[in-house]
Amino acid sequence: MKYFKILSLICLSFSLLTACSGDDTPDPVNEEEVITTMTVTLTPDGGGGTAITLKSQDLDGDGPNAPIVTVSEDLLTGVTYNGVIVLLNETENPAVDITVEVKAEDEEHQFFYTVGGGLDATTAYTSFDGDGNNLGTEFTLTAGAVSEGTLTFTLRHEPTKPNTGLGDAGGETDIAVTFNVEIEDL
Amino acid sequence: MRIVLILLLASSMLSYSQDCNSKLSGKVLDLHDGKPLAEALLLVAGTNITAETDSNGRFTINGLCDRSYSIQVAHPSCSTKIFSIDINGTSTRNFKLEHHLEEFNEITVTGKAFKEKSKTINNANISRAEIERLSSGSLGDALSKISGVSSLSTGNAILKPLINGLHSSRVVVVNNGVRMQDQEWGAEHAPNIDINVADNIILIKGAGALQYGGDAIGGVIIAESANAPVKDTLFGKTILSGLSNGQGGTITTRLTKSAKNGLSFALQGTLKRFGDFETPDYILSNTGLFERNASVKVVLNKFNYTLEGYYSIFKNEIGILRASHLGGAQDQVSAIGSDRPLIVDPFTYDINAPKQDVTHHLARVKASKLFDGLGKLSFQYDFQINKRLEFDIRRGDDRDQASLDLRLMTHSLNLDLASDLSESISLKAGILGRFQDNTANPNTGVRRLIPDYKRYDLGIYGIIDYGVSNNLTLEFGGRFDFSHLDVFKFYRTSLWELRNYDDLFPEIVVEEFDNQILTNPKLNYNNASATAGINYTINDTYNLLFNYSLASRAPNPSELFSEGLHHSASRIEIGDLRFTPEVGHKFGMTFKKENSKFNFSISPFINFINDFVLIEPTEVQQTIRGNFQVWEYRQTDARLLGVDFDFSYDFTDHFNFAHQFSLVKGYDRTADKPLINMPPVETKNELVYKNKKIKNLRLALQSQYVFRQNEFPNNNFEVFIPELGSSEIVDVSTPPGAYHLLNFNSSLDFNVNKTSILTIGLGVTNLLDTKYRNYLNRLRYYADDLGRNFLISLKLNY
Repeated sequence: MKYFKILSLICLSFSLLTACSGDDTPDPVNEEEVITTMTVTLTPDGGGGTAITLKSQDLDGDGPNAPIVTVSEDLLTGVTYNGVIVLLNETENPAVDITVEVKAEDEEHQFFYTVGGGLDATTAYTSFDGDGNNLGTEFTLTAGAVSEGTLTFTLRHEPTKPNTGLGDAGGETDIAVTFNVEIEDL
Repeated sequence: MRIVLILLLASSMLSYSQDCNSKLSGKVLDLHDGKPLAEALLLVAGTNITAETDSNGRFTINGLCDRSYSIQVAHPSCSTKIFSIDINGTSTRNFKLEHHLEEFNEITVTGKAFKEKSKTINNANISRAEIERLSSGSLGDALSKISGVSSLSTGNAILKPLINGLHSSRVVVVNNGVRMQDQEWGAEHAPNIDINVADNIILIKGAGALQYGGDAIGGVIIAESANAPVKDTLFGKTILSGLSNGQGGTITTRLTKSAKNGLSFALQGTLKRFGDFETPDYILSNTGLFERNASVKVVLNKFNYTLEGYYSIFKNEIGILRASHLGGAQDQVSAIGSDRPLIVDPFTYDINAPKQDVTHHLARVKASKLFDGLGKLSFQYDFQINKRLEFDIRRGDDRDQASLDLRLMTHSLNLDLASDLSESISLKAGILGRFQDNTANPNTGVRRLIPDYKRYDLGIYGIIDYGVSNNLTLEFGGRFDFSHLDVFKFYRTSLWELRNYDDLFPEIVVEEFDNQILTNPKLNYNNASATAGINYTINDTYNLLFNYSLASRAPNPSELFSEGLHHSASRIEIGDLRFTPEVGHKFGMTFKKENSKFNFSISPFINFINDFVLIEPTEVQQTIRGNFQVWEYRQTDARLLGVDFDFSYDFTDHFNFAHQFSLVKGYDRTADKPLINMPPVETKNELVYKNKKIKNLRLALQSQYVFRQNEFPNNNFEVFIPELGSSEIVDVSTPPGAYHLLNFNSSLDFNVNKTSILTIGLGVTNLLDTKYRNYLNRLRYYADDLGRNFLISLKLNY
């Protein structure tokens, strides 16, 4: 049993030795692909009037806090708005403009606009990818009659292009934000 | 350290002399047919006395004292065995050896047909012939031949053995004597082992084999490769197989050179390459795989000591079904709602993201020596590196960057003793020291799924077998393991506060960043495990085994620290720092009949697991990417109850029928509902025709019927779909229907020359091209399982 003891000592000392290796603390990882913020700016066509901002901000990404969704003001009936979508990753400092990456890979991305819940509005793409298919970082929105409902922006990564809409686009959802929107009298 | 060991070994070589005149004579016989074995060598441990059998298998040993001895009996074509014997004057004893071309690695202490790893739990066995037939498959494919074993799979290539309903960290895999440390915590991490290295696979359904660990609540899988015979020879085998489904194949080769002085070398390599697999109706895009493995083994096998070195590398690149990579609950609704996967591309061998790329290095050195009066002492050091890369569909500069990049390094030292305390009592005991270092590459641009940690383990065990009488053996064992984890973990500040960790663990905070907190949890776990059992041999054919096993398992890093989006499951997973070890109590028994025309075994079991860790959905979380289901780990009291039944009947010398039936019911006793992912009831029936006269013809027809799982927890949830303007139910719970598969397998042997045999095999799996989905396949929501597959294989033994 003497061997047993000696060898067990060797084993112990081995584990103690390895225990003494360096203890540097690791560096934090910043999520590079996270989109924390989407801002949709709707400017009335032909200038004049106030621009409307629709914003969704989710600073903890996939963390437990829900995004904060705001709509600056109501749309006005009969007005056509020029829409521009900007995506940011605000977990990095300074914030990274993800729209640039989306535009650089325009053939693999597409925004979809879904009007729902009785809102009387129509949308049209005004930005396109290298193949002439819809990209949708820019668009027009025409407000119809007085109404209220939802306006949903969906960004799909690697959708089938061209497509007839979300139903046959496939791909993966990178963004899906629904805004509650009202259209009121001019 | 090696020098100390060698000195220790040398010091014990000193033998002592004494005037003794007792004599031992007898015969060495073949265990199977009782034929005498000539030229068998006998060595009396602790002395210089040797003897050799004559052509009638007879031997005589003179100059023995009246006391007990250990005698090692070796024969070139048999497994070496050690027998204990009490000498009193002139004694007679016959020794039986198992006749085999190659011998297995470990020396058995008592004479049994194959080495049992647990005396009181039924040891299920997969033979070399079966392994060779499954050369192009995985360990999971081979194990699912055993009743009570199924696979929790992610597609068709990633198979996790599921033993009586338990998997991952609850199943210990031992590869050539080394406990695998291959990040087995992940349900989509298949064991990093090439099935072609194994000549024998033993499965123990339970924690009774304490020498391998005390935490195997599910069971232990032991893959062993054969040792070369002690004679001058060079032999090898090559298996080439081609499969129609996946349009690929496998080539595996092994060469063994051995010499009479006990020195042997074995080289082995495997190459597997498959393109996209297909269902009866469509191609499963991005499901190809590319696996490359090699191993080398050097052994010096002397009469009373063995030195061994082993190294293996396993590298596997596996594509994950493209259509299973989803961006949230709304994508899940359309993917589950569609009959076909949403992405079906033309066939290709290319493997793109999502994919896994894993590399596993395993090295071991082992020395064992027989000490007179002490027994066989073995010392082993093993070293493993497991590197796991997982690639997701990414954007921009991160496109080709892995999302998960983990490197797990493990050093282990084992010292084991196998000893006969008396003629009827034998002891196995040992200690283990292990150090583990996990490093997550910070350059992935994705928060670490598993944090950086160092883990220290110290274990000690002892198992005693007591042969009360010729037909009754008792087994008792105990084991204690201490584990210390030193972790550096970044928490999202929002989760840290939501979980109240800021109040509970303020002392572990190291540094606060913008939206993350670096913590340094130091966790200690003390785990006790035990086993007790009875093996009662009723007569030559009937045998009754009963075993109780207590197993304790410390929570794994994934259960403790998960925190974030898991792409392959499209869900957010959250672990819990406060978990305590789970403790299982398993009662199992086996009643079996062997060695006759009509054989059966019936093995009922019940397993109570306290603080069982499971993951289940708790809520739907809103993010800017849409809605995700949140799955949180929690602990509960679980109960698993089931039975495995095997039956076989030899109609004639040529015809054999075999039947298997297995059932397991898992229940969450705290939440009062069924456990998720419990295998459905399954039955297999096989008819085999064999004829040695017609070139060893073998024809086998197998039917597999899998019932629908009717007991499952309801984890469905609702999600708002903007384009429909309504909420839809995401059905992630309902199991698919029952299915029936037919498989066919055949082989013929041809003698190429005096020493070479060519075996040609032809087989078909899913003969009827049945469309089905498997409840235990994590990708069942998105695609059907594999369609018909033709297999052709050529095996050359030379």
